[in-house]
Amino acid sequence: MRLCVLGAGAVGSAVVELAAEHGHVVTAFADSESAVVDADGIDADAVLAKKQEDGVVGEADPEAVFDADYDVLVEATPTTLGDAEPGFSHVERALADDRDVVLANKGPVAERYADVRALEAESEGTVRFGATVGGALPILSTIEDVGPSRVSAVYGVLNGTANFVLSRMAAEGLDYEHVLAEAQDLGVAEADPTFDVDGTDTALKGVIVANVLSEGETEFTLDDADVEGIQELSGSMLDLAQEDGQTIRLIVEVADGAVRVGPRLVPGHGAVAPSGTENAVQIEADYCGRLGITGQGAGGPETASAVLTDVERLAD
Amino acid sequence: MSEVHNDVQAYTLRLELVDEPGELLRSLQPIADHGGNLLSIFHERGNVTPRGYIPVEVDIEATPDRFDNIVEGLSDAGINVIQAGTERYSERLTIILSGHLIETDLSDTLTQIEATRNATVTDISLSAPAGSIDVSSARFQLAAESGSTEKVLAAMREIADEKDLQLVEPLTVGGRA
Repeated sequence: MRLCVLGAGAVGSAVVELAAEHGHVVTAFADSESAVVDADGIDADAVLAKKQEDGVVGEADPEAVFDADYDVLVEATPTTLGDAEPGFSHVERALADDRDVVLANKGPVAERYADVRALEAESEGTVRFGATVGGALPILSTIEDVGPSRVSAVYGVLNGTANFVLSRMAAEGLDYEHVLAEAQDLGVAEADPTFDVDGTDTALKGVIVANVLSEGETEFTLDDADVEGIQELSGSMLDLAQEDGQTIRLIVEVADGAVRVGPRLVPGHGAVAPSGTENAVQIEADYCGRLGITGQGAGGPETASAVLTDVERLAD
Repeated sequence: MSEVHNDVQAYTLRLELVDEPGELLRSLQPIADHGGNLLSIFHERGNVTPRGYIPVEVDIEATPDRFDNIVEGLSDAGINVIQAGTERYSERLTIILSGHLIETDLSDTLTQIEATRNATVTDISLSAPAGSIDVSSARFQLAAESGSTEKVLAAMREIADEKDLQLVEPLTVGGRA
């Protein structure tokens, strides 16, 4: 497949780097300022080096990528709330040209799911977004395989940063600010970790799951989620939980047409108390009971591999 | 108080019957005599106890005072009552509250929880590292009536909201209490 990759952050860059290994060719690549287009495939190493050194991927205008020859648009620009722009317009343009779309950007499917599906219905193209929930973990693809109508609940940990902070607080008896500063030093938490710790990022993922489960009956956006963060938790609250064999994790619950995110008491060594930056999700489905998926979720190469898995599925 | 006593509640009776014809019917007679409403009978015919009795689980509805009469009537009739109504609080829930717990009157918080009537507090563990005037946290263990978890948690949210306390709920989605 010929890929057009939008966004040159950790995920977009990793997709460019790993595409060839998966048998794909990147014919266009753009960040917010610049673009590079080559019908024979761009030189991934050279372009990524240029991005590192000069801060741009090429000399062309970002608009040029839409005129390139490509089969799949990979949308990996930063997630935005509300109108989900500019990601949404990128999806719109690719679908208008009957191209397929693979999203790493959560915005379009969390904030404008119905719009995306309506555009898809008008197009020859297909939209896939497995990378938006749990990165490399096969959460949406498992729901797809089981059948959304057979899934009664999805719950668990979907943010590695919040999970790292809480598992460190529990292990060391330290307070929130202290552990967060440590996480930032380690590069686990971003300079501005607001969306990770206030539950927004987790909620966006929960909303995407809810949209998939409702199969078009009800549209969910971030506004429909009940969201509480972990900023107010103290070390002594985690101690109290531990005395009872439990711990506290930032949990998303998608069930009965509702999305709730907040700190929850869970069994200390249970299925939804992963350690460090791991994610852990339980899917409850008719006949097959509870399915658990645990592992390293986010990260550039991890999410890029999920993107390339979606590209693979489109090729089939 | 009369209101409380007129409240019909569901109760579970666990009986052990002698393996003889007519015993099951005989055990139901006191329930009918004292105005209990039979909900279900689970007759474990193949599951004889080590002493040779047959366990039977009977769910009934009755007012609390009628229920007492039923248990008395069963004992009078020589029926072994193994458990009477103790199934009422069958779900264990743990919550953590944090904030100005002591300043907002911890004992009033407890009274409010008990006042929900669906739950009773079985254990409290308080952590006040900075003394009574600062923020403290407490873990509450609740025994909730079966099927009332959501109701109990909704009441907890209200109490926490009113007293400006932070509530950490247990994960209850997906049938795990």
